[in-house]
Amino acid sequence: MTRVFVEGVGLLGPGLQGWEAARRVLAGEEPFRPASTLIGASDLLPAAERRRTPVPVKLALAVGQEALQNAGRDAAATATVFASSSGEGEALHQMCEVLASAEREVSPTRFHNSVHNAAAGYWGIATRSQEASTSLCAYDASFPAGLVEAATQVVSWGKPVALIAYDQPYPEPLHSARPLLASFGAALVLAPDATRGASATFELAVLPGDEKPTGMSDSRLEELRLGIPAARALPLLEALARKTQGEVVLDFLTELQLRVTVSRC
Amino acid sequence: MQPLLISQVSVVNSLGSGVEAMRRALRERRSGLTPCDFETARIDTYVGTVPVLDDVRVRPDLLDYDCRNNRLAQLCLEQDGFAGRVAAARDRHGAGRIGFYLGTSTSGLHATELAYRRRDPKTGALPADYRYAETQNAYSLGEFVRRYLGLAGPGFVVSSACSSTAKAFGNAARMIAAGICDAAVVGGADSLCLMTLYGFHSLGLTSRGPCRPFDVDRDGISIGEGAGFALVEKGDRARPGAVLLLGVGESSDAYHMSTPHPEGLGARLAMQQALDSAGLRPADIDYINLHGTATKTNDASEDKAVFDIFGPETPCSSTKGATGHLLGAAGITEAIVCILAIEGGLMPGSANTRSVDPAMRSNYLLENRQAKVTRVLSNSFGFGGSNCSLVLGVAQ
Repeated sequence: MTRVFVEGVGLLGPGLQGWEAARRVLAGEEPFRPASTLIGASDLLPAAERRRTPVPVKLALAVGQEALQNAGRDAAATATVFASSSGEGEALHQMCEVLASAEREVSPTRFHNSVHNAAAGYWGIATRSQEASTSLCAYDASFPAGLVEAATQVVSWGKPVALIAYDQPYPEPLHSARPLLASFGAALVLAPDATRGASATFELAVLPGDEKPTGMSDSRLEELRLGIPAARALPLLEALARKTQGEVVLDFLTELQLRVTVSRC
Repeated sequence: MQPLLISQVSVVNSLGSGVEAMRRALRERRSGLTPCDFETARIDTYVGTVPVLDDVRVRPDLLDYDCRNNRLAQLCLEQDGFAGRVAAARDRHGAGRIGFYLGTSTSGLHATELAYRRRDPKTGALPADYRYAETQNAYSLGEFVRRYLGLAGPGFVVSSACSSTAKAFGNAARMIAAGICDAAVVGGADSLCLMTLYGFHSLGLTSRGPCRPFDVDRDGISIGEGAGFALVEKGDRARPGAVLLLGVGESSDAYHMSTPHPEGLGARLAMQQALDSAGLRPADIDYINLHGTATKTNDASEDKAVFDIFGPETPCSSTKGATGHLLGAAGITEAIVCILAIEGGLMPGSANTRSVDPAMRSNYLLENRQAKVTRVLSNSFGFGGSNCSLVLGVAQ
């Protein structure tokens, strides 16, 4: 059993515009109104980098920054885990299109933006953080994989870690091969001890099983949960928003689940 | 950190298939780099290819996963009795207690490159037989290896460019320490594709000839393909003479997407943390396997970082003149070079390097050196300023 304290949340999704507003929706205090995810330019980056920043990177930066602000933590002193199934689809598409053409004139910026850890790279430049940073993928289970990784980092190092999960739909023709419903980013700052900012604890257990994972009561939120890997975070975020205690079950891999016991603190 | 026992490894790259082939090539100072004739690439550079990949057939039950990268992974899992050792570990620990922490930078991207040539001329759609999840997605390698080896524990794929498979050792060490699994398969594969060849070329980072790490006339990298795997278990099982993972250090440059920090600041942090987590001092390290890509900037900044910590004595070299830069698979491959150094006392001299850049101050090896090697450090750095250093040593 691995236990961590939740200090801060960041969230951006369709109709879920920042944790403060989304918290009320997830708590059932306000109705869910589906709308496009609004991803603003990050004020973290210098102007020159801001222009070149791909959308999924902006998404990751925005939710990461919000979670750290809510936690009252210094981004420069916080390790990060970036969990994404899709990475940067626009750069991938552009590169593949150019490589299928006769000229093959590849853009160097697009090339370095195409790496799965582009968000982590820009995050480092933006926050000046020299702390460890991991970028991982487990297809539809990228969020639970990232949560397990972030929690074990917290426990191993005795330091706070920011988990930043994000997914951005691909352009066509990749979108048809891997349809993702919408842009979605969720970030959690996890810490080893009960600080004043901690609102809940997560106790993680990876166990065999294939019982029904915890769903969302609102069918449109459930649709998001099923349609975007990063939105697999929603049941946990709902538990945080509603200040409920108990077990949240997340699908991990075939016949393997992540059980998270949420408690208040 | 609690030391981890590395109980079995396997490797494939342009030097050959299996650990013995790589050991022999390093001893003979052979390079696997040849003029680039990969697919339709028209780039004036050298690459390290695994030519037998064209003939590898993935296991029939895993046909959906067929792509160059997973063929390479399977070929590697078939070497050195690796799959058999994992099966024995599975019997010992239970399949659900063995995790998998793997790395790749480009996964099965070449499958997508090929599919983009076969788009429907009217609709632009990709061909119906294109399989995104099983080839292109970064996790493709993870699920392929999980199924191939019959593992049921937790895992994922790290994709942090050229530090990926070094960082995977850190993932495994933490998961085992936290009790989430008892053993893990670590490693990964990166195979040639047009994206990396043309991409590195567009950055002016591909060498015209075989790459020459630390050479005064070095002019860039030679991209290679390769795979490597390690079975890691709790260190308390280690018998004297076994090889242990003693320390891991991870840091970020926070400087630039594709250029390392000029003073090697992030590299220094990673090396220092690796030493700290192993509880060792710089003087305890007998040999350093450098990242040593043979770009002007990497080698200059890495030399500064190494010299700052280790001074002018500690022997070090890059083996990328022999293997090429295996990108995401560099970390595992060079960890295996370090294991060979410990087991056979061989510190490999740098293949293809003729005269060391006089600006370099570290003790860079041009010739093989035979000596007792008990503790080594291996560096892997990647795009996005992702740095990882590993410390390995022999169990007493």
